[in-house]
Amino acid sequence: MSPTIFLTLAIIAVVSAMFVVFAKNPVHSVLALIVTFFSIAGLYLLMNAQFLFVVQIIVYAGAIMVLFLFVLMLLNLSADTEPQKSNRFRVIASASAGLLSLVFSAGMVIDATMGDRNVANIQEIGLVKHLGKVLFTDYLVPFEISSILFLAGMVGAVLLGKRTPKESKS
Amino acid sequence: MITEVTAEHYIILATTLFVIGVAGVLIRRNAIVVLMCVELMLNAVNLLMVAFSSHHKDSAGQLFVFFIMVVAAAEVAVGLAILVMVYRNTRSTDVSLLDQLKN
Repeated sequence: MSPTIFLTLAIIAVVSAMFVVFAKNPVHSVLALIVTFFSIAGLYLLMNAQFLFVVQIIVYAGAIMVLFLFVLMLLNLSADTEPQKSNRFRVIASASAGLLSLVFSAGMVIDATMGDRNVANIQEIGLVKHLGKVLFTDYLVPFEISSILFLAGMVGAVLLGKRTPKESKS
Repeated sequence: MITEVTAEHYIILATTLFVIGVAGVLIRRNAIVVLMCVELMLNAVNLLMVAFSSHHKDSAGQLFVFFIMVVAAAEVAVGLAILVMVYRNTRSTDVSLLDQLKN
């Protein structure tokens, strides 16, 4: 049962990720990326990481992708304003990506202990109860620091998004 | 067909997604799509971390994924704000126009 679900979700994730890269219209890219994020969320559920499943849907598919869609709408981008790279550059870029995948697969081949790593899906570490306990004891300081990071990010976004007086005159 | 899902399947899937993300960053010129491909790469790494956290039965990996998500959210907010500002000045989101530091 679970290998079938895994394969289905993996194929959906890879196909929609390809669509993100090759779609002409940026809006289609955003929608394909949302599909990818949902299938990755499904894979989290398959590994019984329930907390991350919920966070993935709320933060990635919800907040971040809505932000992307809003900016696309604000800038009014579509397929015909899409800048294109020359074919020569595309070939070089694809070749370097292929070389990178070659490096990764070489690393996988060298790793001889592969094959006996089972991913147990019935365990409690991914549950909200357990992760919350660890987050607020062992990882309390990083948690607080990340809240400061968020505050800084918020101030930075407002500051960058604001029109300067000189700009609004022209 | 595979009979049991092991960590190696997750490694292969995460590698594929990561490479697609790298290819997207290299191929596309629209800065918004480039940012989206960076998100794709972050997600590939997240997936691998959760797989290994499940494999080792250690919750540290899942908490790291949580922190990566926090940083990604802040990064997207600031990055898109910068993009909107760049668009206001250049009327385009083409990354190849952003070579002003050269002059």
